Amino acid sequence: MLVRNEEFDVKGLVEPDRVHRACYVDPDVFEREIERIFHRTWIYVGHESQVKQPGDYYVAQIGRQPMVMVRGPDRRIHVLFNRCPHRGNMLVSARGGNIGEAFTCSYHSWRFNHDGSLASVPVGKGYDRTRFDKKNPEFSMKPAARTAAYRGFVFASLAEDGPDLVTFLGGAKQAFDDMCDRAPEGEVEIVPNCFRIIQKSNWKIFLENQLDAVHPSVTHESTGRAAADVENEMKSRGEAPPLSYHMLSAFLTPFEKWDALQTLGYPYGHCVLQGYMGLRPQDPDTLEYEAAMHKHYGKARTEEILNVNIHHVLVYPCLSVQSPLQQLRAVRPLAPDRTLTEIWHFRLKGAPEPIYRRALAYYYLVNSPSTMVNADDLHNFWKCHEGLRAQAQDWVSFHRNAGQDPVEGVVVTSVTGMSEAPMRNMFRAWAEYLA
Amino acid sequence: MAKKPSRTRAAKSRTRATKRPRARRARAAGGDSQRAVEQFLYRQAEILDARRWDEWLGLFTADGRYWMPASEEQTTGDGVPNIFFEDLDLMKVRVGRLGHPRAWSQQPPNRTSHIVSNVVIEREDAKTGDIVVRSKFHVAEFRLDTLRHFLGRYRHHLKQTASGYKIALQRVDLVNAEGPFEYVLQYWL
Repeated sequence: MLVRNEEFDVKGLVEPDRVHRACYVDPDVFEREIERIFHRTWIYVGHESQVKQPGDYYVAQIGRQPMVMVRGPDRRIHVLFNRCPHRGNMLVSARGGNIGEAFTCSYHSWRFNHDGSLASVPVGKGYDRTRFDKKNPEFSMKPAARTAAYRGFVFASLAEDGPDLVTFLGGAKQAFDDMCDRAPEGEVEIVPNCFRIIQKSNWKIFLENQLDAVHPSVTHESTGRAAADVENEMKSRGEAPPLSYHMLSAFLTPFEKWDALQTLGYPYGHCVLQGYMGLRPQDPDTLEYEAAMHKHYGKARTEEILNVNIHHVLVYPCLSVQSPLQQLRAVRPLAPDRTLTEIWHFRLKGAPEPIYRRALAYYYLVNSPSTMVNADDLHNFWKCHEGLRAQAQDWVSFHRNAGQDPVEGVVVTSVTGMSEAPMRNMFRAWAEYLA
Repeated sequence: MAKKPSRTRAAKSRTRATKRPRARRARAAGGDSQRAVEQFLYRQAEILDARRWDEWLGLFTADGRYWMPASEEQTTGDGVPNIFFEDLDLMKVRVGRLGHPRAWSQQPPNRTSHIVSNVVIEREDAKTGDIVVRSKFHVAEFRLDTLRHFLGRYRHHLKQTASGYKIALQRVDLVNAEGPFEYVLQYWL
């Protein structure tokens, strides 16, 4: 244990341009993160379209807490602890489904309404002359302290106090605005079945990688090269390679071009990396889509929407959103060296089918359990985590362009896409959360 | 030892043949089909275990596909998330990556051992010799000091060609398709 002081002093772990390796590998630091970050801030639970009908539910993990999102008969969405107040039994065991009229405990048949309030207990007279009180919230399913949604994306916080969701999201709102605005109908709908992949590394290593524009041409060279070769073979056969091949061969983009990108850092640790893949070709599918957009938004607004150029938005600490391709990865830390990611894809309402399929191809190549891309990322994450156990050096370097990035109000921009500004921004927030 | 499994298989095949009219037709179409498809499946397993990628690509028809659904209920891989859904071009990308000196997560390469069993011919076209055959698999994978197991069901749609069977479609249902994956799959099972 690197930090087992009586006084937990996080200040010594984070400096403006470097952080102590204990931030990643120390079990006490991890406990503190769960308590101070995951059990307090707004954590992504799920999307409204996962629970379309009254009684529909879907489970989610907030920090260490098993939660369930459920829609009531009044169509309101509740986020509750998945725990019977009687003897602690989880009330649902499947990942999703419909509870019907009420949650019914499989142990002693206590029943709860969709808002968690106790509906009935069997043979109630056994509780006469006891301290049991049906109206006492101690005997109801406990709701998350706060639940809120932004454009259909449901978040919950286990803390009574703190900024409201919109304030918390701040500039990171653009993840959901960009995703939903790209739908001619202004909404997205979840594609059933997420992929769940376990990373043998600390959760922060994943977040850092999402904003790291130096790594793609290094880590993914093999996949980029192989895709470019097949792309060329298709062209020589006289075929037009699907855009998905370009999404892979774009990994061969040289350092100079990554350099031209920009990153943004917001309060609470949120970050944005600008796009590089060029997702607006002028093929018939795109033109059909743009026509549908014109119909709903008019030309000027359509241009405004489609010119937003984002690769990843990090909603710290729990989401990496790839808005122009309608996918997101929710981060669920399991242990200092173990992280579950839940990876979801969304459909743009009102967009032609080929646009969905184009994004689906990317979802397959990058996010499926057979991915050739994340195969090498996850391998790096594991190697990073194992390496950080070493006592060789105590510090992790975030010196690239340190002290050079422009600050505009509360937003940190970057002099180059390869600046380690996002990592520094995340740790600045991290230190505040843990302090 | 060598005789016992083959007797078991024959017995299974007989039991099914008496129950299933389709299987009876398959037998009638040619008693050698059972042995021929089994040999084909075993060869495919050997090719994967030996990482003979050119031969792997040669197992498929020009429009052949390797498909691992994300859930057992799926009736198509088209337009939905899949664990694998690859035509020959995409398989070539994967092969190209595996052969690249900087395919980092292939250092060292993983190793697999396949067992294919419970081979049942579902139908056989008497005219063309095309066959639909289902079987079970158990794949052990060793990578970086970790042994993982993958189990499930294959369903091959095989075309009879001048150079033997070719795969038009191979469906692979993992028993834990919806479960969380510890790391990813580097290539086909």
